[in-house]
Amino acid sequence: MIRFDNVTKLYPTQVRPAIEDCSLDIEKGEFVFLVGASGSGKSTLLRLMLREERPTAGSVHVLGKDLARLSSWKVPALRRQMGTVFQDFRLLPNKTVFENVAFALEVIGKPKHTISQVVPEVLELVGLAGKEHRRPDELSGGEQQRVAIARAFANRPMLLIADEPTGNLDPSTSVGIMRLLDRINRTGTTVVMATHDAAIVDQMRKRVVELEGGHLVRDQSRGVYGYSR
Amino acid sequence: MRATTVVTEVGNGLRRNLGLTVAVVLVVLVASIMGGIAFLLHEQVNVMKDYWYDKVEVSVYLCGTDSVAASCNGQAVTDAERSQIQADLQSLPQVQKVYYESKAEAYAHFEQQFKGSPIAQNAPPDSLPESFRVKLKDPKQYAVVAGAFTGRAGVEEVQDERALLDKLFSALNGIQTVGVFIAILMVGAALLLISNTIRVAAFTRRRETGIMRLVGASNLSIQLPFLLESIVAAMVGAVVAAGFLALGKAVLIDHTLAPNFQFTPFFGWGSVWKAAILVLVVSMLIAAGASLVTLRRYLRI
Repeated sequence: MIRFDNVTKLYPTQVRPAIEDCSLDIEKGEFVFLVGASGSGKSTLLRLMLREERPTAGSVHVLGKDLARLSSWKVPALRRQMGTVFQDFRLLPNKTVFENVAFALEVIGKPKHTISQVVPEVLELVGLAGKEHRRPDELSGGEQQRVAIARAFANRPMLLIADEPTGNLDPSTSVGIMRLLDRINRTGTTVVMATHDAAIVDQMRKRVVELEGGHLVRDQSRGVYGYSR
Repeated sequence: MRATTVVTEVGNGLRRNLGLTVAVVLVVLVASIMGGIAFLLHEQVNVMKDYWYDKVEVSVYLCGTDSVAASCNGQAVTDAERSQIQADLQSLPQVQKVYYESKAEAYAHFEQQFKGSPIAQNAPPDSLPESFRVKLKDPKQYAVVAGAFTGRAGVEEVQDERALLDKLFSALNGIQTVGVFIAILMVGAALLLISNTIRVAAFTRRRETGIMRLVGASNLSIQLPFLLESIVAAMVGAVVAAGFLALGKAVLIDHTLAPNFQFTPFFGWGSVWKAAILVLVVSMLIAAGASLVTLRRYLRI
């Protein structure tokens, strides 16, 4: 599903690589936590998977594609098979819940009848049935993140990438979001989630990959957040 | 992305950025009017060249009693001089045809040309000189005739009508050059303005485009609304400009100039159509070019 081979990423303006000599293999259907302090390279790793960045050295394979060799006009097709969720939700404030999810399908050319069928289904799945016509500012943080997850999952991606999805949420709301991500994972979608939330990692007992200063220092199945908090 | 979605996006974008959109429309409008005027002047010169170059002749004016030229010696041309000049003109190899215009004929022509104008009524019938009208095989060979006959006894002046026309054409060309120059300046302004408008639009919509990128919208569907917005704005400017050009043709040419200058032809509606299509196509190309360059730089895919 995802394979990193000796990946190094050096941003042009910096001296120290954000990721150095990283090798990582994530199988289909896995749930992987990416942990580490701020600046340890978690976000860079996710950006490499999304092909927002290209590696300076080494190769990144996602969904069977060598991202270094993938021509840029094929990137949209790749991203249609991936869902993304962020700490700041990234919803469109002037669109309703329904429209926000529908927007993601409209812009990839899904026909109207598919949209009107898929959107209610996915909103039901994330537990927002009945709130289709609210705007983001009328929702709680947890609900907004559910909209974002609905949007990411609407096209039934093979891979869901979440960058600190609970970073702005209180612990009890976070638990709800984690349950939702777990449920999505059970449908066969691979989930890669970067997080600072030790309680969640410890509780879920999933695979944990830890980064420190751009190096991969730990890869543990059914792991915990770690000792160095 | 579906067509209706694109249309809605374009409409929203134009409305959200109304001030800048209007600015683009106005700049394209002025550029198109300037370019259009330059093009129509070019057409006018061509029409006049076609019409006049076939008709123009070299005129060899003969001395009258009141001529002041040195070659006249204060006397009118004698019959012997007149027939000698005619014979010499006809013997020149460059000359195609020579015909004589008497004072009375000259006056009749003059009256016809300025019919209804006070100039015709004020000119006494014998004030116009008699002349030989010389048609050359190649109008450019004027210098041969001028060289041979200027200063000869009985000849007051040799005049090339082409030279007169060329003066007029060079004046028109001058105006045309100014028009082209202003149009180029305005095109420069339009390019920068369109580029800036897109930068602003891309910035205001960075959320939408960011999400579109992440969910895998194609580059085309991300860029198309921006591209269409600037093309639509430029198109509106060019269409309004074409309207102004047509209005100018109807009012200035057909209504004002043509009735008063019947001796010369004016460009027709075909030229106005050509000008309209030209400014429309050029404006849209400029808008598309400026947009694509800007989108490459400011809308990361």
